[in-house]
Amino acid sequence: MKFSVTVILKKDVLDPQGKVVQNTLMNLGMDNLKSIRQGKFFEIEIDEKNQDIAQQKVDEMCKKLLVNLIIEEYKISRI
Amino acid sequence: MKSSVIVFPGSNCDRDIADALVKMQFKNQMVWHKETNLPKSDLIVIPGGFSYGDYLRSGAIAGKSLIIDEVIRAANAGCLVLGICNGFQILTETGLLQGTLLRNKHLKFINKDINIKVMNNKTKFTSKYKINQILKINIAHNEGNYFTNSKHLAEIKKENLIAFQYCDEKGNINNDSNPNGSMENIAGIFNSKKNILGMMPHPERMVDKLISNTDGVNLFSSLLN
Repeated sequence: MKFSVTVILKKDVLDPQGKVVQNTLMNLGMDNLKSIRQGKFFEIEIDEKNQDIAQQKVDEMCKKLLVNLIIEEYKISRI
Repeated sequence: MKSSVIVFPGSNCDRDIADALVKMQFKNQMVWHKETNLPKSDLIVIPGGFSYGDYLRSGAIAGKSLIIDEVIRAANAGCLVLGICNGFQILTETGLLQGTLLRNKHLKFINKDINIKVMNNKTKFTSKYKINQILKINIAHNEGNYFTNSKHLAEIKKENLIAFQYCDEKGNINNDSNPNGSMENIAGIFNSKKNILGMMPHPERMVDKLISNTDGVNLFSSLLN
């Protein structure tokens, strides 16, 4: 079973990388660009048939290592 | 006094801190991260560097290594723990220190001598310094921008757990003297019991007049006291 995890900085945490990417795109003429936040993406494959259990495992992985809950939030989706 | 320096793949200030500790008369041992037993130590040092190439987040992988359980156990039992630079990042990832280190505000790796002010000298790490003493000390990091939640920030201010703040040569603490965007110009913090210190600047680089200055010496002599 495969899942994707998207990790992104919380809204109140400054994202200087996203800001630089945004400014560069605006310099390239993307005038209607409103905002960019840069994050991380993980593709995770789990050897488990029960979706609830698998999703729980992925959630545990996020909390234990993949995400720094002080500054980041995450979203798990089945793929 | 016995010290242990924990070494991870990618640590690169481990020899510097070991030299500084030996020079200051510590009996030092190097401990590889795969060890599961920590030698009896009065001081554990997590050195600077780029453990695991800063993969995932600075300090994240090292913060889950085998020896870390022993470090946490020793720290909770009152052992002194010093985390420098990447070591500070690792300590926040283990939860021994709260908050985290974000990328520097201007996205640049900064390697230069800056000034910091001693904010609390009533601790085992800083007793040989004078309060408000200004030190000239080297920083070399990409993620040194200290961030924590407002509740913890209020707590460390109230409990006097800020060890050092970035300042200018005259001791002014303001935006101009903040190299990396850290909240409140924070360069180093203690845990609530004050047996753990995490700091971004490198005191081990300031123990010899030949190569720099001796502003870091008193940190180690405080510990020997």
